Amino acid sequence: MKILVCISKSPDTTSKIAFTDGNSKFDENGVQYIINPYDEWYALVRALELKEANGGSVSVITVGAAQDDAIIRKALAIGADDATRIDAEPTDAYFVAMQIANYAKENAFDMVLTGKETINYNGSQVGGMISEAMDLPFVSLASKMDVAGEIATLETEIVGGIQIVEVQLPAVISCAKGMAEQRIPNMRGIMAARTKPLNVLPASAVDALTSFESYSLPEAKTACKMIDPNNMDELVKLLHEEAKVI
Amino acid sequence: MSTLVYINSRDGIAKNAYEAITYASKLGQEVIAITTGNANDSLLATAGEYGASKILVDKSVGTDDAQQITRVIASAVETTGANTIVFSNELVAKAVAPRLSVRLKAGLISGAIATPEGNTVKVNVFSGKAFGAVKINSDKKIISLLPNSIQPEQSGTACSVEEFNGNAGEAKIKLLETKKPEGEIPLPEAELVVSAGRGLKGPENWGMIEDLAKELGAATACSRPVADIGWRPHHEHVGQTGVAIRPNLYIAAGISGAIQHLAGVNGSKVIVVVNTDEEAPFFKAADYGILGDAFEVIPKLTEAIKKFKASN
Repeated sequence: MKILVCISKSPDTTSKIAFTDGNSKFDENGVQYIINPYDEWYALVRALELKEANGGSVSVITVGAAQDDAIIRKALAIGADDATRIDAEPTDAYFVAMQIANYAKENAFDMVLTGKETINYNGSQVGGMISEAMDLPFVSLASKMDVAGEIATLETEIVGGIQIVEVQLPAVISCAKGMAEQRIPNMRGIMAARTKPLNVLPASAVDALTSFESYSLPEAKTACKMIDPNNMDELVKLLHEEAKVI
Repeated sequence: MSTLVYINSRDGIAKNAYEAITYASKLGQEVIAITTGNANDSLLATAGEYGASKILVDKSVGTDDAQQITRVIASAVETTGANTIVFSNELVAKAVAPRLSVRLKAGLISGAIATPEGNTVKVNVFSGKAFGAVKINSDKKIISLLPNSIQPEQSGTACSVEEFNGNAGEAKIKLLETKKPEGEIPLPEAELVVSAGRGLKGPENWGMIEDLAKELGAATACSRPVADIGWRPHHEHVGQTGVAIRPNLYIAAGISGAIQHLAGVNGSKVIVVVNTDEEAPFFKAADYGILGDAFEVIPKLTEAIKKFKASN
């Protein structure tokens, strides 16, 4: 089974969020980039588990500039067999999805996996877009996945519970918590990653459909009002009369 | 020109669907709603109360198959000539809206939290730590509204319900089973949430959290370590890598408030924090703080809520 895992970079979860150039750009100063946690912890690790159980290969792909090679090398260190970087600025979800879909169409994967969303843009768009561009079924927000032959059985989140669905492969699947556990790359993996193939391909001509014009930060919270632990009636009164939430 | 709003009516019509219709009616064009499945006409007609002139329903689609729903909406866009499509950014829309974006070559803004200002729409980015103003460069536009960002406004009366054949095609995803725990309030929908973390010391101590949630009519949630060590189910984990929620009230007991946890709850309107450590970072993000032991404070709060309900 051939699996393609889509990798996006995102700022480390502890990064300070700030903007520059008149609030039109994310301030990358001092920001450490990581593999988007959903892509790494859930999509990539589950793909590796499936390969270990059933054989096949795991490829990773990202859309980005040369400095993002470090990100995709980490995916190789965790265990992916080969990597592809589409050499372009990832301008919007549509642009990224079209690049990946064009690559995937030519390489006959049984499964294309994404994380459920990135932690910087939270759009949850790329997986669905790839599926439509490839005319494949899309199972979103899967928290469990098993594969038998050409059929994948998945558990996905629905309002107030879960549902179990079955889909004929090939398919596009977005992965959420529950799918797998984080893996820390070991020294052998890191050494092996240096010699695994990392192909750099030019981007196909695609126009982005959306653009971020500016950013802003939320207003600082007003100071927290401290309540006497022995006076919960006071808290209830404030929640009712001042905050008006109960 | 008109605005088309997709609403999910498979298990009744949720509040977020009425929010989406209200949002669409603020765009100043005729609003047409569209849905799939077998909900009864009198329920579907309530779309009119929030501003829809009619609702189209394709009864041939029985599940939430994103491929089928995308085809139905695309047909409706063609039939109605709509130039804007609005969703509530709930689970089904998260699968359908991106597909529709590619099918129509229409730019998609997901997670909108306000009506358009000029040619941009405000969205949540960086897991709620910042806002972005996004512009759509295509003629057709898709906006997916973050639930609980605006209040539904009842402005009209029931509308007509029209059957619609959207050429949905075949379902490629087979639904085998649905599991919904009885009596629990779904977390992403909840307006009130009671949450607890490692400070509770063990899963056997969650009874008081459940009691408070029951008294309030709230959903229960937890921090990441608690879900990871198996004290609570994964679907209760709120935070950067779990569920992001925006309730009206979030009560956190025994959670220090790491930045990753805050990312999942900073959209809450009011935050109450109970912690024994006055240095807990969560107090900086809280509206009301109680420096005290959750084991004493939570039962007292439950009693106070009981008393409040009895006197109201």
